[in-house]
Amino acid sequence: MTTPPAGPEIERLIHLLARLPGLGPRSARRAALHLIRKREELLGPLSDAMRQAHDRLVVCHVCGNMDTRDPCAICADPTRDQGLIVVVETIADLWALERAAALPARYHVLGGTLSALEGTGPKDLNLDALVDRVAQGGVREVVLAVNATVDGQTTAHYITDLLNSYGVKITRLAHGVPIGGELDYLDEGTLATALRSRTDF
Amino acid sequence: MEWRDEGLIIGGRAYGERSRIVEVFTRDHGRHFGMVRGGESRRLRPLLEVGNQADLVWHARIDPQLGTFAIEPTVLRTARLFASRLALHGMNLIAALLRLLPERDPHPALYETLSVLLAHIDAPEIAPILLARFELAFLAEAGFGLDLSACALTGATQELIYVSPKSGRAVSARAGEAWRDRLLVLPPFFLDGRLLLVPSFAEVEAGFSLTGHFLARHFFSGQNEVLPEARAAFLREMDRTYPRGTPEPM
Repeated sequence: MTTPPAGPEIERLIHLLARLPGLGPRSARRAALHLIRKREELLGPLSDAMRQAHDRLVVCHVCGNMDTRDPCAICADPTRDQGLIVVVETIADLWALERAAALPARYHVLGGTLSALEGTGPKDLNLDALVDRVAQGGVREVVLAVNATVDGQTTAHYITDLLNSYGVKITRLAHGVPIGGELDYLDEGTLATALRSRTDF
Repeated sequence: MEWRDEGLIIGGRAYGERSRIVEVFTRDHGRHFGMVRGGESRRLRPLLEVGNQADLVWHARIDPQLGTFAIEPTVLRTARLFASRLALHGMNLIAALLRLLPERDPHPALYETLSVLLAHIDAPEIAPILLARFELAFLAEAGFGLDLSACALTGATQELIYVSPKSGRAVSARAGEAWRDRLLVLPPFFLDGRLLLVPSFAEVEAGFSLTGHFLARHFFSGQNEVLPEARAAFLREMDRTYPRGTPEPM
């Protein structure tokens, strides 16, 4: 067995970096080496930023987003439409929709989807808080921005049933041709849905 | 090792960032797992959704290995499932049932029954009937089949309208009269494969009560909450959508 080229602290850093998505042992080693080279400009500030994030991370009691304050920056933003809630599966989906910046809405993070196969039930999701938000009044529309998967759509139907009695408008994301997509490569189900959902031009 | 077969995708999970482990129910190789390289890619991921059917080539160096699938989708059903709540819950129930079968154990007859069911999965007037029959066929394939050929008490083959909750054998109207409160109702559409009449809602409900009794006995347990939940969701939707009224000739 060969001796590691670095001490145990650096080996641990490499080991932990390798657990990040998109990094393997080889790329983790490169990243660690880069951090070591940029000790003052990068390693120190990164370490501080991670420590601060670790210490201050909280789950927003309103929407389930993770931030360093509660309520989170989005829920506390007075310029956002109070009557519009976009329901998403995960924080990654929330960030994706925020990148699109298409709606000045507030969000609700479910923390997953109902899954008959994985055994994820309603109690495992952040659904009670969503019902409470709608029940408090002032919500005009709930947009179900869940994934176009069997589990995602099962969850969407469940939420529709849950909110049915509150008289809010419930909408879902359109299914169809992605921008830059070529019809020839799309499956027939998506094409049929896109045709059914055609709009005036 | 290599084989080619057709199958229904009943589950899957990401393997690393690019690949996906897919669970399929095939005609000649039963429930089977395999890895699809690049299965998490933007192009392949939608094709590997539960409910789609595909031609599969499974390859492994030795038989016990997980192996890899080359998948060519043949029926992309996901969009149809999304358009119908009944179909969505039906698919969840089908997948939950098929997951109870042992791996790599072929059930070609069940696959045929499944193919007919899948073709009508979003039809509220047919899907519940076919799914109840599928559950009956599933029980038989899993080794817990009901004997509906003759009365357990008299051997009569006519007027079979009950099933014993203990033995799973049919009981005739006359022989079962004294125990009618304790016997399960046997709906006619479980006996007549030709389906001369459209079963009433009560008959379809009785069919699900019958299969549900034996599914509960053999498969529901403290650990298995998936099947009862998927089944309850489908039955709720059936209650909402199954056409009510006088049974009519089909």
